[in-house]
Amino acid sequence: MKRWMPLVFFVLMTHLGQAWALSDAYKHNIYPVERQKPVDSVLKVKVGDQAPDFTLRAVSGKTVSLRHFIGKKNVVLSFVPAAWTPVCSDQWPGYNIVKDLFDENQAILIGITVDNIPTLYSWTRQMGDLWFEVLSDFWPHGAVASQYGILRSDGTAERAIIIIDRKGVIRYIDVHDINERPPLEIMIQQLEKIR
Amino acid sequence: MVKPADSDDLKYLGLSGSGTFSVEDIKAQALIIQIFSMYCPYCQKDAPNVNRLFDLIEKTSHLKGKIKMIGIGAGNSSFEVKTFKRKYQVEFPLIPDGDFKIHRLIGEVRTPYFIVLKMRGQKKPEIVFSKLGAHESIDAFLGEVIRLTDIR
Repeated sequence: MKRWMPLVFFVLMTHLGQAWALSDAYKHNIYPVERQKPVDSVLKVKVGDQAPDFTLRAVSGKTVSLRHFIGKKNVVLSFVPAAWTPVCSDQWPGYNIVKDLFDENQAILIGITVDNIPTLYSWTRQMGDLWFEVLSDFWPHGAVASQYGILRSDGTAERAIIIIDRKGVIRYIDVHDINERPPLEIMIQQLEKIR
Repeated sequence: MVKPADSDDLKYLGLSGSGTFSVEDIKAQALIIQIFSMYCPYCQKDAPNVNRLFDLIEKTSHLKGKIKMIGIGAGNSSFEVKTFKRKYQVEFPLIPDGDFKIHRLIGEVRTPYFIVLKMRGQKKPEIVFSKLGAHESIDAFLGEVIRLTDIR
């Protein structure tokens, strides 16, 4: 650490307070969030359950139903708490460069938040062209998150990964510490198990 | 920092074996450090430019071996750094910083962020340049690196 001290001092003097490794893509538009209670909900589903079906509107303009993928694709549901917040903003852009890993595992990714479509549109536009659908669970507010038992008491969703196989059965649930990004390798390892 | 597992990366940095290393251990006259993240859209977009910078250095005989580059993946695991390396065919070493330890030490900068060190053997390197965001001109940046580090 001593060896880094001159470097540390210099950068601290010029950039103190830039929390997380936020991309400069968002400039100063990310709302600063204090550390939160890691998990603030009680799951209503478990591994082995048939995944509750849902239909939601996507930013792309499509209407997406979970049942459409049964018999066709493994599905990864990536719930994130809210648009324009620190960890969430640096999660889906990483998934955006690993479509090949999803393809190899006959899987699709669906991103979901409780934000409305215009908010999701502006936010996801900063991430580049996303290859996966982003759904709005805005109204009735957080209904799908609530159905799965991952709606927090403040109305945001948990940071959760739910993997559903081609039969529509839940095979993996990670209601992650909301303050941290789930490592990519865990999701990929779980997909490889059900490929 | 954890030494790269890849033998070409180790050789490039002038290191051997496993374990950890410090920037002073890198055999070079100048070191360009890129703080990046696999999850950062700007880092993704800028990857071809940064690769071109590396190519430019490696293909210029009086710069090759004198200016070296490393990337530090802020908050990125080894798997995530390898994913970025594979996706963008990055040829210089990318070091994982999964627990944000280095990122915190550097001051929690946004990404991409560039730091240039003038190396002084086993003495502490001198920071001669730092910048947030992508470079408008890679050629101009390289010229600046050469000027600031007195490479001839």
